[in-house]
Amino acid sequence: MKQIPTAKLVELYYRRALSAMEEIYGITIFGLRFFRYVFVPPYEWGEVRKHMDELGAKSIPLLTVVGTIMGLILALQSRPTLDRFGAGAFLPAMIALTIVRELGPVITALIVAGRVSSGIGAELGSMKVTEQIDALEVSSVDPYNYLVVTRVLACILMLPLLTVYVDFLSIFGGFIAEVLAGNTTFQLYFSDVISATTFLDLIPGVGKTAVFGFIIGIIGAYEGFHTTRGTEGVGRAATTAVVLASLNIIFVDMIIVQLTLMFFGA
Amino acid sequence: MESDARDILIDVRDVWKSFNGQAVLRGVSLQVRAGASEVILGRSGIGKSVLLKSIVGLLVPEAGSIRVKGEEVVGLGPRQLNRIRRNIGYVFQYAALYDSMTVRENLEFPLRKLTDLPEDEIARRVEEQLRLVDLAEAIDRMPSELSGGMRKRVGLARAIITRPAIVLYDEPTAGLDPMTAHDISDLMVDLARRFGITSITVTHDLQCAHIVADRISILEGGVFTHQGTYEELRKLEDPLVRAFFQAVT
Ligand SMILES: Nc1ncnc2c1ncn2[C@@H]1O[C@H](COP(=O)(O)OP(=O)(O)OP(=O)(O)O)[C@@H](O)[C@H]1O
Ligand SMILES: [Mg+2]
Repeated sequence: MKQIPTAKLVELYYRRALSAMEEIYGITIFGLRFFRYVFVPPYEWGEVRKHMDELGAKSIPLLTVVGTIMGLILALQSRPTLDRFGAGAFLPAMIALTIVRELGPVITALIVAGRVSSGIGAELGSMKVTEQIDALEVSSVDPYNYLVVTRVLACILMLPLLTVYVDFLSIFGGFIAEVLAGNTTFQLYFSDVISATTFLDLIPGVGKTAVFGFIIGIIGAYEGFHTTRGTEGVGRAATTAVVLASLNIIFVDMIIVQLTLMFFGA
Repeated sequence: MESDARDILIDVRDVWKSFNGQAVLRGVSLQVRAGASEVILGRSGIGKSVLLKSIVGLLVPEAGSIRVKGEEVVGLGPRQLNRIRRNIGYVFQYAALYDSMTVRENLEFPLRKLTDLPEDEIARRVEEQLRLVDLAEAIDRMPSELSGGMRKRVGLARAIITRPAIVLYDEPTAGLDPMTAHDISDLMVDLARRFGITSITVTHDLQCAHIVADRISILEGGVFTHQGTYEELRKLEDPLVRAFFQAVT
């Protein structure tokens, strides 16, 4: 076996840590720029709409399947447990709250991160290595405004909508499981769901997905914009974007949940 | 002397640019007169594209001065840079067509962003421009459906569609067959005459250099080592210069 001298190893880790810090710093600056641009013209609403359409079209088939099945599984798994504690009647409420507060937003964000962060990373990455971003700049178009702001805005606007869609499907999936088992009726299930969920559950749950949308868009765009080394770099930009976006979503979610509990109570 | 200085449209002085501690441009200088056609020859990887990109402000040199129409480019903010860029068309080495747009949209893009021409004028210009590069039939195709040479010609059409006073051509004929290359070179001369274009052309194509160049400069080791007309350089005994010219003669 080849031995690596300790000094070399220390240096290696030091350099890795340094480049990780640089990346965090880079993404932060890149993200802050968004707020400097988003309120000033020129606005590219045509582009934003186009990206919203694309984002929806890319994500909806997968979200439909996953959303429905997630609710179904949640009902199947929870039924025996709740029954054991004699709490079977709470099932619709439990499903609704679990979905609306947590599972719906996070699963939606993670799935969209997988499809869209990588998509943005690869698309902008290939634009970068083929000098299309330079070409924009030469045409006096600010690439950040034209490519990044539009995509990030599309993510911020679309994610809450997609989350509501997934929430609804998942709760419906739970209903399917329950009705097939002969445990409930449409009226019974949905009146339980409606009386259990308040706006104080829905608003933070859906609202935080706008933040996830920002993360998905910004990280995808950052990786794309900083692609180097040709086509190989494009692939790497796409995968790094998914990994970083997913990690950040989970991490930020943890913070938001703490804040929500502080401000909105249990 | 006074009128001389005003005559210079592109004035590069003592420009240094390095990447990762490796100096690519080492104090390079170049003056191009209004209406002149300058050709740059140089080995692959020597910094020709870096020089062109520095002139439009896509890359920022560490030292030196670059003046376009008398205005300093180095260290300029985005807004002022854009004002200068309105006068410059850039033909990218690999065309850099927007892959998400059709050929038509690619050509419309600079017109929409840089001018406020009416729709029918935009459409007319796009068609005229494509006829000029002999690609009228490709107007509704996507860049991915074009050959390398066709992409190159669309890139050229896009660069000159706004009628810029200055055009920077990065290997306009690379990857084209000799006939098309010849046509493109003729087109460059024709455009220069018709619209009074000042240009810098980076090329490996001696035939193109012969057709378009008023003067040729050879980039080596980060500076221009030789400068002169095609005929003047062809007679030089310098091994580097000979190497370029041997390829054709
Ligand atoms: N953005 C960049 N980052 C790092 N290095 C770069 C960058 N652009 C150019 N270089 C380096 O600068 C040197 C000159 O590159 P340049 O593209 O100007 O060459 P060139 O003369 O145009 O060659 P070719 O004829 O092959 O196009 C190369 O060594 C290249 O690796
Ligand atoms: Mg080059």
